Order: sequence, then C-alpha cells, then structure tokens
Amino acid sequence: MSHAPSGHTKDLVRMANQIAVHFATYPRDEAVTETATHIRKFWDPRMRAGLFAHVQSGGEADLHEVARGAVGLLQAPR
Amino acid sequence: MTLIHETDYGTPARVSATLVTLEIDGRSITVPEGTSVMRAAMDAGITVPKLCATDSLEPFGSCRLCAVEIEGRRGTPASCTTPVAPGMKVHTQTDKLAKLRRGVMELYISDHPLDCLTCAANGDCELQDMAGAVGLRNVRYGFDGENHRAAAKDESNPYFTFDASKCIVCSRCVRACQETQGTFALTIDGRGFASTVSPGAKESFMDSECVSCGACVQACPTATLTEKSIIEHGQPEHSVITTCAYCGVGCSFKAELQGTTVVRMTPWKDGGANEGHSCVKGRFAWGYATHKDRIMKPMVREKITDPWREVSWEEAVAYAAERLKAVQAKYGKGSIGGITSSRCTNEEVYVVQKMIRAAFGTNNIDTCARVCHSPTGYGLSQTFGTSAGTQDFRSVDKSDVLLVIGANPTDGHPVFGSRMKKRLRAGAKLIVIDPRRIDLVRSPHVQADYHLQLQPGTNVAVVNAIAHVIVTEGLVNRPFVEERCDPKEFAKWEAFIAEHRNSPEHLESRTGVPADQIRGAARLYATGGNAAIYYGLGVTEHSQGSSTVMAIANLAMATGNIGREGVGVNPLRGQNNVQGSCDMGSFPHELPGYRHVSDDLVRQEFETAWGVTLDPEPGLRIPNMFDSAHDGSFRGLFVQGEDIVQSDPNTHHVTSALEALDIVIVQDLFLNETAAFAHVFFPGTSFLEKDGTFTNAERRINRVRKAMPSKVGRDEHWVACALATAMGYPMHYETTSEIMDEIARLTPTFRGVSFDKLDRVGSVQWPCTGLEDDDTGMAIMHGETFARGLGRFVITEYVPTDERTTRMYPLVLTTGRILAHYNVGAQTRRTANVAWHPEDVLEINPVDAEVRGVKDGDMVSLASRMGATTLRAVISDRMPAGVVYTTFHHPVTGANVITTENSDWATNCPEYKVTAVQVARSNQPSDWQVDHAKNDVERKRIAAANVLAAE
Repeated sequence: MSHAPSGHTKDLVRMANQIAVHFATYPRDEAVTETATHIRKFWDPRMRAGLFAHVQSGGEADLHEVARGAVGLLQAPR
Repeated sequence: MTLIHETDYGTPARVSATLVTLEIDGRSITVPEGTSVMRAAMDAGITVPKLCATDSLEPFGSCRLCAVEIEGRRGTPASCTTPVAPGMKVHTQTDKLAKLRRGVMELYISDHPLDCLTCAANGDCELQDMAGAVGLRNVRYGFDGENHRAAAKDESNPYFTFDASKCIVCSRCVRACQETQGTFALTIDGRGFASTVSPGAKESFMDSECVSCGACVQACPTATLTEKSIIEHGQPEHSVITTCAYCGVGCSFKAELQGTTVVRMTPWKDGGANEGHSCVKGRFAWGYATHKDRIMKPMVREKITDPWREVSWEEAVAYAAERLKAVQAKYGKGSIGGITSSRCTNEEVYVVQKMIRAAFGTNNIDTCARVCHSPTGYGLSQTFGTSAGTQDFRSVDKSDVLLVIGANPTDGHPVFGSRMKKRLRAGAKLIVIDPRRIDLVRSPHVQADYHLQLQPGTNVAVVNAIAHVIVTEGLVNRPFVEERCDPKEFAKWEAFIAEHRNSPEHLESRTGVPADQIRGAARLYATGGNAAIYYGLGVTEHSQGSSTVMAIANLAMATGNIGREGVGVNPLRGQNNVQGSCDMGSFPHELPGYRHVSDDLVRQEFETAWGVTLDPEPGLRIPNMFDSAHDGSFRGLFVQGEDIVQSDPNTHHVTSALEALDIVIVQDLFLNETAAFAHVFFPGTSFLEKDGTFTNAERRINRVRKAMPSKVGRDEHWVACALATAMGYPMHYETTSEIMDEIARLTPTFRGVSFDKLDRVGSVQWPCTGLEDDDTGMAIMHGETFARGLGRFVITEYVPTDERTTRMYPLVLTTGRILAHYNVGAQTRRTANVAWHPEDVLEINPVDAEVRGVKDGDMVSLASRMGATTLRAVISDRMPAGVVYTTFHHPVTGANVITTENSDWATNCPEYKVTAVQVARSNQPSDWQVDHAKNDVERKRIAAANVLAAE
C-alpha cells in the first residue's frame, strides 16, 4: 500500500526523480545504470536506505520509472 | 622585511617577435619592436625623469619631463611616446635637457603647495623625486601668480581624498579610470590653466560613477589622490606580498605596514591574476580584520539559550571533543560531520577535512562550494575530465567573442571585469545571457552585441537552442570533434540537439528570447573567431545547474573553442578559495584531488599516510546534513568560517536543523548568524594573519603570508589539530608548509607545489607535477587531449523547474551580489563599504511596481511559499517585467528566508535563482525579522561576569 512521502523521504524521492529525468533521455538500460551509479557515488548510505525503505513500504509509484529501475539495481547483490 | 618598491618602466611592455637594437647613453640595448625609448632606457638601467608616464598606462606625452635627444632627429621628443628604431642613438642627459627639465619643473612647482614636510605623500611623491632629480633650486616665477593652491579638497570617498591643490593635471588618474578600470568616471574639465580633474559632471567622487577601485589613487604621482589610511598613519616601512581574501579572482597585494599595523593594501604588478589592478574590496575594505566585533577568545555554552562563557583554548577543545564523542557513542560515527570554508586557506581546509575523515571517522564533510559551484565540479568533470576552468585570466586578451552567462563580472569579479571590458573596448564581440541587464550589457564604450534576456530557469533551453543552431546550420567544427571527442557520445548528442524541440523557435515561448536573437548569437559564437564562455552562479544555482554547465561544455567542444588561448569554459568562482577548498577534498565523496572515496587504491594511499581506515562510502552533503538533522540521524556539526544560516536557502529549514543538533561548533571571526545556534566558538583569523595558499578561479595557487601575528594567539589549523587529537587521532604540524608538503605527496595535480617553490616563482597553476622551478603548472588546459582523454558530449534535456509562479506568487525572485559587498557581508559590512550599500534592496521593474502601487524607496513585503521579509524597493528597468532581484549581504533582510531548498539534480546545489514570490507594500517587519531581532540579541550574549573577569 502506497503512502504519501513526508519530510526527508519526500526530498529523497524528488532528488531520485530529478536524477532519473536527466538520464531518461538515454536508452533505458543506460539510463537505469547511470541513475544507479549516480546515487551510489553521491548519496550517503542512509539516504539510499531511506529511499529503499520508501519503496519497500509501497512508495514505488512515487518514483520515475528509471529511478525504480535504479533502486532495483542498487539493491541487487553486487 | 623591507618596503617593496616596484620598478616603474614608464610605459607598458610590448610583445613582438621582431627585436630592435639601439643605443642609449652609449649603452646598447635590444628590445621588442614597439617599445618606447623610455622603457628601453629602463631596461638598460637608465632612468629618464617622468611625471605623466607610468607603465600601467599607455603613454600620453603631456608632462614633457621625459624629453630626450635623438641623433639625426630635430628637437627633444618625449621618450614615452617615441618608439625605438634600429640603430637609434639616444641621449637622456645633456645640458640642453637638464635646462629644459628644470624649466618644466619650475612651472609645476610654481603652482604647487610647498608643504612637503607635512604632506601625506612625503617620501612617496614623484613630484618631489623629480624636483630632486632635475636639481631644482629656485622658482624664478615666484609663488604669487595665479594658482590653484586654494582649491578645495574632496573628502567624500570614505577611503581616499582628492586634494585639487596638489594636482599637476598629468591625467594619470583619468587614464587609469579609463584604461585600467574602464569606468570612465573621471575627465579633465576645462582647458589650459583652467584644466581640472573632474569626477562625473563636476560631482564629488561619491556622487559620481566612481567605483572606488583605487586605480586613480595608485596612478597619482603626487598627494592629490591619497589613501585616508596613509594620511592618518604616514608612510609604511615594510611590506608583505599576499593574496586578497575576497572573490575568486585572487588578486595579489602588497600589504604595507608600520610594525604590525596595515596602513595600505596596494595591488601587486607581478600578481598573475590581477597584474596591478584592484577593486574597492581588496584595495580598501580590510578594516574588518581589526574590527571591535572580532571574538578573541574561545567560548562555550551548554544550550544555545545560555550566554557564552569565555574559556581557554584547551578547555574549549576538550569540551567540543567530549560532546562530539558523546554523540558518536550514542548515535554512531556518521552522526557528526563538518563544513569547510572557501574563505580559508588550502592548508586550513585540508586539515579540517582530514580531521573529519580520520579523527571523526566519517566522510560527512562538505564545503560552501556546495551552494555555489558544485555543478561546475560535476559538469566539467563529466565532459572534460577535470573540475576546473580551462583558462588563465590573461587568455581573455586573445578572445574575439565573449559569451557571459549568469555572471556579473563588474560586480562579482571586478578586476577580471575590467580586463574583460578592456578587451571589449579593443573590439571583441559580446553575448550576455542574463535576465537582468547587468552593467556589461551597456556601459561606457561597451555594448553587448546580443543580450539574451531569458526567463530565470531556462538556461538549458537557451544553451541547447544555441547548440541546435550550430548543429543544424553546419557550424560544428568537425575536424576538432572528430579528433578530440568521443564519437559515439557526439553522435547521440548531435541527434538529440538537432531535434525541433531544441530549436530557438520552439523554445521561444519558454525562454522569452526571440529566436532570431538566439540564431544571431549562435552564429557569432561559432564563427566569430576565438570564443570564450564565462559563467557564474546564474548558471549553477538552478535545478539544472549541472546540466547547464555540461551544455556549455558541449558548445565549446562542438565549435572547437577549447584548448588554446582566447577560448575555453571559465567558471567565475565566488569566494577566494572555492577552487582550493574543492581541490582539498572537501566534498563528501572525494578525497583531495577529486578522487572518489570508493577507489580502493586511492583510499589505501591516504590510509597508509594517515594511519587510519577510511570509510569507502560517500558522506552527507550540506543539504543532506540538514535533512538528516531533522530525521535525527545527524547530531553534531563543525563549521569552519561559513555562515550557513545566512547563506543557505530556506532559512527556517536550516535553523530548525541546527536547533535539532546536540552540538554545533563554529570557527569564525565574528559571532555570525550560525553562531547563534552554536555551543562552542573558536575565534578564527583574518587573511592578514594567515600563512598558506589560496587557489583562484584560474587554478592559480598563490601564497597568503602573515602580515600581522594572529590576533587570537593561535593559527586556525591548530584548532583542527587539537580537536582531532582530543578525539583520539593525534595530528600536529610544526609549520604550515608541512601541510602543503603532505598535500603535494598525496595529490598528483599538486605534486610540484611547495611553499619554497611558490616563494621563488610567485605562483603556479595546477596541474603542477614537476618539482623544478620551470614547471609553473598549466595556464591553459586540454591543449592536446582532454583530461579524460576524449571530450564527452552529454545530452542535456531541458526540464522546467518545479518552482512555478502562480496567482499567489506571480513574480520570480533571483538573488545575487553587489560590488561593495562580499557574500554574507560579515567582512564588508564591517568596513566603510556600507556607504555604497547600507541595506539589501529589491529591484523591481517599473510595470510590476506600478500595478502594486509601489514607489521607488517604499518598504515592501517579499513573500514566497517559504517565508517573508520586508525590504526597500528600488524601481529599475534592469529587471524584466515579472522578475525581481535582491542581494543577501545583510542578515536583517533575510533574503534566504524566501528561497527554497529545491536543488540541482546532480549536486544538490540550491536553486537560489528561481523562487516564486509576491511583492506588496508593507509598513512593518516580517514575523521572521521580528524573531531574528530578538534572537540576535539573546543568542549572542556573552556572560558579563566572564567578560569583566577577562578584562
């Protein structure tokens, strides 16, 4: 069940979507990889965890499709 | 230490491959063609008397004192205006010349006060020197004839006086204002004996267009234009070469002193960045260093509602460490962090980031570049491979087209602005992209060929449209792109940019810029010869700041305008050491030299050198620190010389974050706005007390030298070392040069940098890898290949910002800077610069003002979705309808109460330049201003008993 993001989570969603929109002009796989790489390179782990938690608690729909893909990639075992 | 006297060669140096050999007073000398006889003589060690000539100005030939005799030529030509010729035989000392010069001096002195002993210029007066040089013994004309000796003084300027009675009308001041500064505020009024120097139309200096750069004072050969500090103190007895701590131009100055008292700052001719020029801030606004508001002793308090308590340095360090350790014990290593300052030296910044990474054990380190040029770092690194501008300042002299976007150099970077104007007066073309009609658009002898007055927030659309024209009209420099750039990335970008949605016509309704103007500007940029782009925070402080930087880089690559003199991509850095603070590893994801913390090899290098294990994960950026403070995972902050409460966006968000922290430590000169939320205060040092280096916008590493001992008794880096040690990580440096040596060992681009070398060669521009003195670094980057190998075109889709105007908030606020002030004004507000700008004002278009019933000078309420403030309105047609503008130099204005925390997609740089607002007449301060006034008193109290005890 989705719930409205609030406070810090709302900012994380906004930031993830902004990144996704920038890379969305590239082919999808590249866009997802670049978005994930950007988040991994520039976000503190607690921010990533906050974003993952939001997705896990049903907030996936708040994310741009590319950002959703990036979250999946970031959570996949490396 | 002695007083440094710079040699005045009389006329400017000339550059020519053709050399000319001549003979002066029997000595053979070879000089470049075009050199004056006067300068050639100086090169040969022969001084020709002169008054109207000085080597910063073109020769004028008015004083006739520099007359010489040349074999085979009639008369006695002026050596300043006579160029050398092959085989010329010149005589500078003959009986005839001696008589002539004495006669000239007799005339000058007959109309000059003979008060040398009590004159402020005594000991530093060229007229006095020349009277001595020509052997003047009497004045046959007497002193009772008609004269100017009763002429009135103009003391209106807070920093210098104009004593017309001492003026010899040599025009050096007038020419300095024209040639060096480019303001044209001075002229010679009247003719013949009635000639006088006149600011503006016979106005006082303060009422005229004068910008108080000091070039006229510097050029004056007599006591006519004299610094008030010299009148007060007398002549200096020694000088120290150092670097200005204001904007990113990084001018070199001679701090001239009596003992440990600075009596004058004069721009240094050999300074690579400024070559002898200055602005009102660097030249005159240094009095804050000794201002009574400076805090001289460390202070602590348990709660921010308590008064401050003065304590010893050791007690303050122990108290800070104890509270930081307590927070970490409870909430984990990542619960604390710090912010470095772009106003501090490279060495001070380096030790703070080292303290945070090694002693705090976290990468929660960021710098104030986060809120200004972080998109530059990201954008140029992605496209070119380095996080820095490509040119030196001198490069502009070879530019044919200047594209200035989101920068206001005559206010923000005045010394470089003057250099730009000089090039524009010499014929270079100009494209300005800015919502506001900045001075460069139209000023004396400068007029932009195109002023693309875009809607705020549409930078990417405009730059993309320019690129669209270049691609679709066949203006791409194919040989350059094919040889130097990644072909796959170029192909993707070319296909993208050629799409109709990027055309000027399609984007016109968004950008507000007529398509034909964009097409004209694009053609000029692509075909006008050497084209250089200069940009500032009007580019970076947007939700697409990084995209615009990359779009700009795309433009430069597509047209081959990169890798040689006269071209390039040039970020004009805001603060004196923004470049350096970024270089020094102040970003949470990068170690010194822009190397990512996740790189095992790089991390291991630092781990070995520092003897600790480093976190491989990036830390929090400044806005993320605030957000994490709100959610409770971030609890302690060390702030080095930055006033985040005044400078960062959405003040309420910042202050509530700081209130949520368990421990805030501030190191600064003054109890600034952030200190109101702090628990520990460490007194900082001004640039005049620092030993170290600054790195300016052209990557030039300049020495900062102590002109006076630390007024607080400690160097700033001592605090970081002591705090790190108290946190369990011993850190100590015997000398500041040891810190630079460590930086050089660990940072490849700084490998060839040391204090010894800088002291020998003056300055170097990174990358500087050679240890030898002949390696002074790289003036122009990406000459043969890009730092990343092949240049990378990046697709930059225009995405409108989420910040939208509505019926409630129909105007767009954009914020900026003004010449007289610097950043949050902590320094300049404590100088006489307030005479020019006593308060922040709201510039509003006449139409927007009229529909709101706002008259010029009315107090108005400025409100956004975030908050409101009240300030004075100034009606100005600089602003287009629908856009208002203000500055953030005064804390009482609270300009950032209005701005939002919306930010650049890549770097979180705040979107200061676009906030939807409403403006209405008002007769009262905003709620925030009322609260601020109350807290300003309450939260900055220093316990009285403590003060009495200390006294």
